Amino acid sequence: MSLGIEILISALLVIGGSFGLIGSLGLLKLPEPMQRLHAPTKATTVGVGASLIAAALTLAWQTGEASWQSVMIAVFLFLTSPLSGLMLAKAHRHLSRPAVPPTGTEAPWAGDTPPKA
Amino acid sequence: MRHLFPHPMLSATLLLAWLLLAGSLSLNSVLMAAMLAMLIPLLTRAYWPNRPQIRHPLRMVSYLALVLWDVIIANIQVARIILFMPAAQIKSAWITVPVDLPCPEALTLLAGTITLTPGTLTAEFSADNKALLIHALHAPDPDATRDEIKSRYESRLQRIFR
Repeated sequence: MSLGIEILISALLVIGGSFGLIGSLGLLKLPEPMQRLHAPTKATTVGVGASLIAAALTLAWQTGEASWQSVMIAVFLFLTSPLSGLMLAKAHRHLSRPAVPPTGTEAPWAGDTPPKA
Repeated sequence: MRHLFPHPMLSATLLLAWLLLAGSLSLNSVLMAAMLAMLIPLLTRAYWPNRPQIRHPLRMVSYLALVLWDVIIANIQVARIILFMPAAQIKSAWITVPVDLPCPEALTLLAGTITLTPGTLTAEFSADNKALLIHALHAPDPDATRDEIKSRYESRLQRIFR
């Protein structure tokens, strides 16, 4: 394996690890539940993404074949992390009922009981 | 045809996804992929009556590239807030974003984009799909955040979907 590729892969691994660590740090440090939700939905997507690119590059270099599985893992991650974030936010709104602004339309927020007519 | 393949785009995506996951073009995986591509749209048809209309597939590609770039920027921003900003200085805010998008698929895409990009997170939809409730990690100026979402993402999606 040539030195250039090795440096690139190592850099990606370090970036991935750092963002994973920062995401976990955010979980520890941020005071409010909704703030803590930001750390895992964002800081970790680049973390996992960089690690996956590193894995794909290593495989491609060693075997000469593109590793589509790592690309698919990244795609699924991008599809699922907004949804799990949305579900956690909904659960939080049901449990601790934070004050939120009105919708600005005639309908209430989905999940809130509509006012009795 | 319409009866057998209610969602041709979904079928094509499933076929491609399965072949990429299997990592081979052997008869086994092609048959399995074809079976899934036929069965899953048929079984889920009841929950997905309308077919999304994508007017500009190329614009879709450039939109995804833009989002991918913004995701990287978002991560660096959130990382800086987590690392260097004292917890007391972080100004979180709930923001209502009025939206005007033609189909649920476009709305889902916008909601996902908001969650993945700078410091914002979709928390709820309004019951009539005309507004999104988002939570911003650090938004000293909530109105500016709302306007940026509308001009940067919503206007592009309006042009992509009919």
